[in-house]
Amino acid sequence: MLPEFGYGVLLVSFIVTVYSGFAAWYGVRNGSASLVESARRAQLLTFPLISISAAVLIYLLVNNHFEVSFVYEVTSQSMPTYLKVTAWWGGQAGSLLFWAWLLAMFTSAVTIRKWDRDLEFLPWVIVVSSITLAFFVGMVVFYENPFTRFWDVGGQVVPSLFAPSASATVFTPQDGQGLNPLLRHPGMVIHPPMLYLGFVSFVIPYAFAMAALITGRTDDRWIRITRRWTLWAWLFLSMGLVLGGRWAYDVLGWGGYWGWDPVEIAAFMPWLTGTAFLHSVMIQEKRGLLKHWNMILVILTYSLVVFGTFLTRSGVLSSVHAFANSPIGPMFMAFVSLTLISSVALLIKRWPELKSETEMKSMLSREALFLFNNLLFMGILVVCFWGVISPLASELFTGTKITVGPPYYERATGPLFAGLLFLMAIAPLSAWGHSTVQTLGRALWKSALLASILTVVLVFTYTKNVYALIGFFLIAFVLSATVHEFWRGANARMKAQNENFFTSLGRLMGRNRRRYGGYIIHISMALMAIGILGIEIFQKETQGTIAAGESLELGEYRVEYRELASWDDFGAGVNYTRSVVDIYENGVFIGQLFPRIDYYYDSQQNMTIPGQHATLRDDLYILLVDWQPVSSQGATFKIYVNPLVNWLWIGSLTFLLGLIFAAWPDKDPADEPIRRKVGVVNRQTSAAD
Amino acid sequence: MNNYKLRITNYGFLALAFVLVATGLFYQTALAQEPTPTDDEVNAIAKQLYCPVCENTPLDVCPTEACRQWRELIRQQLAEGRTEEEIKQYFVNNYGARVLSEPPRTGFNWLVYVVPPVLLLIGAAVLFNAFRAWTKPKVAASASGSGREAEPSSVDDEYIKRMEEELKKRK
Repeated sequence: MLPEFGYGVLLVSFIVTVYSGFAAWYGVRNGSASLVESARRAQLLTFPLISISAAVLIYLLVNNHFEVSFVYEVTSQSMPTYLKVTAWWGGQAGSLLFWAWLLAMFTSAVTIRKWDRDLEFLPWVIVVSSITLAFFVGMVVFYENPFTRFWDVGGQVVPSLFAPSASATVFTPQDGQGLNPLLRHPGMVIHPPMLYLGFVSFVIPYAFAMAALITGRTDDRWIRITRRWTLWAWLFLSMGLVLGGRWAYDVLGWGGYWGWDPVEIAAFMPWLTGTAFLHSVMIQEKRGLLKHWNMILVILTYSLVVFGTFLTRSGVLSSVHAFANSPIGPMFMAFVSLTLISSVALLIKRWPELKSETEMKSMLSREALFLFNNLLFMGILVVCFWGVISPLASELFTGTKITVGPPYYERATGPLFAGLLFLMAIAPLSAWGHSTVQTLGRALWKSALLASILTVVLVFTYTKNVYALIGFFLIAFVLSATVHEFWRGANARMKAQNENFFTSLGRLMGRNRRRYGGYIIHISMALMAIGILGIEIFQKETQGTIAAGESLELGEYRVEYRELASWDDFGAGVNYTRSVVDIYENGVFIGQLFPRIDYYYDSQQNMTIPGQHATLRDDLYILLVDWQPVSSQGATFKIYVNPLVNWLWIGSLTFLLGLIFAAWPDKDPADEPIRRKVGVVNRQTSAAD
Repeated sequence: MNNYKLRITNYGFLALAFVLVATGLFYQTALAQEPTPTDDEVNAIAKQLYCPVCENTPLDVCPTEACRQWRELIRQQLAEGRTEEEIKQYFVNNYGARVLSEPPRTGFNWLVYVVPPVLLLIGAAVLFNAFRAWTKPKVAASASGSGREAEPSSVDDEYIKRMEEELKKRK
């Protein structure tokens, strides 16, 4: 009974979503405010509806209803309850429902904001978000139904929602297959929700942008309304990526955090356009430039969000042919194409109205440097997009499969990332409107000098690798320039207000949260870059099979194998094989590590848990690769030394702090005075059209 | 080994000859086996190859049994004295170009390498042109002038007019 109920509610929410979009459209066309209001309420209703459906699914998951095929696929009796809940997004159908649920939450939230000043946007925001929501709910209702059950039809088990024939009975398997053990890691429990939150929250800026294009109110109002949404979207997406990296580092057992896997890149691409967008909207806000470009970026971000979901959900990455056979692949493709084409058509229609209000005066002005920043982000996007697409194209057109792996991406994006670091150092110190080599030079020479001295010190003490040195120079440049900027601001305020340094620093940051939050994020990026450089350039590894008492050496570390034990935990359905190794640094004993392999009986999969010894200097990362079960005499270990990698995680935490600092709601940004600068008039007229 | 040989000289010439031949043989095989490639040597090559069955997993870290056997194959081929290039070629011949971490630079695959830089250059060119277009009209506008200057005020009037109409409506 419950699966039918869950499905029924889902079907109703699909109908309500379609109604909401249609009523909003029809209402605004015919000037019926009551119909628009009805659409708004329908939109509000989608969230509780989908929540009920999701609650039913969670109930089925938690209570071992293995007759439901989705429950059978992602849970098993031995799994703890919290994992059964999170198994919701552990499989195809569930994760699409999860996507739809989050989107409904966001679109409902946006409809209850104060609309008084932006009433003309409302119906179109509802139309755009309803179309997106209807698409995802439709996918779940018609193609990837999580409520499908197993039926016994004359001895054959058939998955179907309703009884395929009158005589069919529900078939309940003894136990489920269990969640893929790789997905049982805490990082993986939080990573998908973060990523999906980032994905769906980008739908909101897109919906407002489209509303602005449709209504012709093409001033920067849509940007002001959505900038906090965009920041939060970016926060979630970034956290999703970082958690994904940490998860890979902890459980995938290859000593790295990022493998340029198409699935990772699928999530990285909207992040790239989103980051470019965050920067370029500032130019529109401050200077009234780049209105077209911001539209293009928000359209791209939205399309890449849907495209990313398509890449990971349609099976297209394993084979182009799997894509054709998957029921949702072609639908996704059609949806991405249609939304992209219609958005671009809208943009072209409004193109003349999006004229710039001022001119670009100098190649070194802040806005010009932001444009370079955008060019670099687009460059990285092209590299990523093409890297993901070419294997598919090759398979489609030539019939041969190819792999486009890390060497391609690293070679192509390395210089672009270096360019971004350079811009990160100089752009915050360039002036809006006009900067010259002299003004920039005056602002930056101390930081550049400091970075150069540091680089020379590194040549003698740490490395002679040219790429590493360039990287460290740029990182040092970013750090010193940004810290200098904090110091300069606080110092000026301290003198003017007669406060002590820390009070004035605190107040300075508090009054310009977006700006100084942004600087904290820049610092965090530089810290993360230290970790990335460290592991990319200086990673060392060795592997060997050793008997108890023997040891392997790598760099300053010596790893001595002590013992190994293997036992079953039947309650959890896991077999643990845990080794004990002593680790020595320069001959001094520093502790024990326990690399292990967990074997999950339900899903018949291994999970390799590394032993890690983490310091700011490096990570000693030991994997148990293999062991001899009979004699217990020898075991194979793979050992990595990952220099500086922990700066990546420190940087990630700093990033989170900076972003929360910048995005934390104070007063409604929409209530701020509209504009203090020239160009007010132009904008207001288009609004009055 | 020497002690061993000395002891057995006591057993007649034939036995000695036999043992000498045997040790010779032993020595030869030992020489062939002695540089058993280490795991690190195997991984150095496996790292550059991709698992032919799993997606996007480098061969050196792939945990499947199939990949373990492929790593043994690399070890065996190294022991036979094959070079890195030969081993990679062997894998390409048997499992296709997808085992390489980058597609070989031939035919259709050139597109992989050519498209991104070309697009980036186009982007840079567009940006450069846009800069020129943005900076030039400043001169043109100030020279030909007044049309541009006048525009805002007419818009201004229109805006104020509309504003007043709106206000009237509200009342």
